[in-house]
Amino acid sequence: MNTLTVTSSPHVVHHDSVPKIMYRVIIALMPALVASVTVFGIRVIIVLLTSIFACVVTEYLFQIIRKRPVTISDGSAVLTGILLALTLPPNLPLWMTFVGSVIAIALGKQVYGGVGSNIFNPALLGRAFMLITFPVAMTTWTTVDAISSATPLNLLKMQGVSTEYLRLFLVNIGGSLGETSALAILLGGFYLLYSKVIDWRIPFTFVGTTLLMAWIAGSNPVIHLFSGGLLFGAFFMATDMVTTPLTKTGKLIFGIGCGLITGVIRLYGGYPEGVMFSILLMNAFTPLINRYTRPKMYGRVKSNG
Amino acid sequence: MKRKVLSFKGGIHPTYNKELTKEKEIEKVEAPSIMEIPLVQHIGAPAQPLVKAGDFVKMGQLIGACAGAVSANVHASVSGEVLSVEPKMQTAGMVSTVVIENDGKDERDSGIQGIVSIDKLTTDEIINLIKDAGIVGMGGATFPTHVKLNPPKEHLIDTLIINGAECEPYLTSDYRVMVETPEDIVNGGRVLIKVLGIRKAYIGIEDNKPKAIRAIEQIIQNDETMEVAVLKTKYPQGGEKQLIKAVTSREVPSGKLPSSIGCVVINAGTVAAICKALISGMPLIERVVTVTGVGIKNPKNLLVRLGTPIRQVIEQCGGLAPDCKKLISGGPMMGIAQYTLDNSVTKGTSGILAVMESDDISENESSCIKCARCMDACPMGLMPLKIMQGIKGGHEDEAMEFNVMDCIECGCCSFICPAKRPILQYIRTGKAKMRLKRN
Repeated sequence: MNTLTVTSSPHVVHHDSVPKIMYRVIIALMPALVASVTVFGIRVIIVLLTSIFACVVTEYLFQIIRKRPVTISDGSAVLTGILLALTLPPNLPLWMTFVGSVIAIALGKQVYGGVGSNIFNPALLGRAFMLITFPVAMTTWTTVDAISSATPLNLLKMQGVSTEYLRLFLVNIGGSLGETSALAILLGGFYLLYSKVIDWRIPFTFVGTTLLMAWIAGSNPVIHLFSGGLLFGAFFMATDMVTTPLTKTGKLIFGIGCGLITGVIRLYGGYPEGVMFSILLMNAFTPLINRYTRPKMYGRVKSNG
Repeated sequence: MKRKVLSFKGGIHPTYNKELTKEKEIEKVEAPSIMEIPLVQHIGAPAQPLVKAGDFVKMGQLIGACAGAVSANVHASVSGEVLSVEPKMQTAGMVSTVVIENDGKDERDSGIQGIVSIDKLTTDEIINLIKDAGIVGMGGATFPTHVKLNPPKEHLIDTLIINGAECEPYLTSDYRVMVETPEDIVNGGRVLIKVLGIRKAYIGIEDNKPKAIRAIEQIIQNDETMEVAVLKTKYPQGGEKQLIKAVTSREVPSGKLPSSIGCVVINAGTVAAICKALISGMPLIERVVTVTGVGIKNPKNLLVRLGTPIRQVIEQCGGLAPDCKKLISGGPMMGIAQYTLDNSVTKGTSGILAVMESDDISENESSCIKCARCMDACPMGLMPLKIMQGIKGGHEDEAMEFNVMDCIECGCCSFICPAKRPILQYIRTGKAKMRLKRN
């Protein structure tokens, strides 16, 4: 005799799941990670392990204290750790990485109630905290030999020096860990597009708007494209499902907004880089954008035909 | 020649698994010795019992009378003695059920006679014959067909759509009817064109059923009143509103009937049943049921007498696998899970599906990550995640603001959700609560 289970329909589900989505993003970050290790050496791995460890432990402790189910296996804390690590300068002291990671998960995610409930991108919130708390360390761009070097954007902004295009595209040694190779970022980004984890609208409008502004302002758009966090931010940070708009129209608005703010900061602001602040600011607008970009409903048309 | 494939916005692509029974010809099943015929096999008021224990009934005899504006007749599907008329648990809940001991003779009711010429009948006469035959929508919704054919006077009907989409995975009952007896569908369609006083009928078929498309098109080659509308294979293509949108590009306004925009949609199997009932005079006492799923030894398409317990039908297919964990009446997207094999096959039973544990939803629900896949999948353009958020948090007004009442309960949102949230289940609960509050 069979014991039959009774549930509400539907009785079949799609095979995709939240952990699968998270791990796909992690896979997409691998090219950037490999490029980073190639340029900066094995230290990258140590930074990465530090941030992942700090993120996972913070998430675990928070959930234990709040007596909530522990969800560290869903991959979201690991992902935040990797994303944060890849936005850091190469020789940042490890304890700072640790503190930043704790803040990313604690203040960026868990205080809102955990995965899915946060307003701001946790990795970027952690990075913003670090930039304000450790301003010098966070803007010291050193190469492996601990020689300070300026980022291409810095050079462009402060001294009007353009870096070679091909070098920028393939390997660019001044910058955050994840920004070393535009090619590697694009590889991962296109994998995410192909596997339908992300939608093209945010990255393309984001990058497009920034470049258009640079071009209009007479700055070199190619350098803006391949250097700094633009590509990394557009493909990996501004596409975070939780903190970005739901509808296609909303995504267009979000991307254009990010592009505008990045452009304004890069061209007229005090920082050479504006990607992080632009995404965080647009994150704050996401609920509002969602409110005004509802999908078109079936059967709510005035005339038929 | 490449033809235009019609569709709607949203929807999902589940694994169809139709090959289990697609090529299996419809087989007739012997009626078992005990038949349990529920008097509720339709939406609306239960039929009034006309027989009592000890009565002898003949095959095709009226045993439950249509009671009220939305209701339907119920007939004996075998001849024999009535053992009892009592409430029994069925798929539809606790309903009055006529139990008949089958004498195996299949003695026909003397009043049954076929119609020689349908052309001589008036519209009202045809509708009455359809009503007498107890015909209801056999796609699963079981709305009485005679009511559909009598739309409010102010609604001007111009289009009939015969629904042969069969978008539910696994099911092939309509497909087999279209392939094996396409003339029943076409002739039935011609009768309905006359009844509705219209000039055009479309037969909507998904493009994964080329055999059915060909079978129908061969018959209607020179008939300008009928046309096959080829539809994209996508669930819920056979949803009434989605089908109307695909075929006519019209949208049924929220809260209104399809007839308000001139459309009547009738399921293909139902149209064939109308044709058969008119020609033979035998009311609706049997239907094609797809018995399928990996939990069934020999999946088949069976012609089953209404009132046959599911247990008997499954035995005809070699029985249930011992590790079958779920038995569904209907398809996997909208079908109803059964807790017993004793429920009867009724007019709306398009399929019996046995799924194993591995097919089952066993994963636990996790937090919504706002991926918006449920919104992209929703064929009604709703925001299922917002509706669920409202209902889960106890704010029904929020769910109302996100138009929960427009939900057609197709289940696309629950299917697609990567966090495995039972969105539709929450929506159903919420809708029920709101109805209670209103009353």
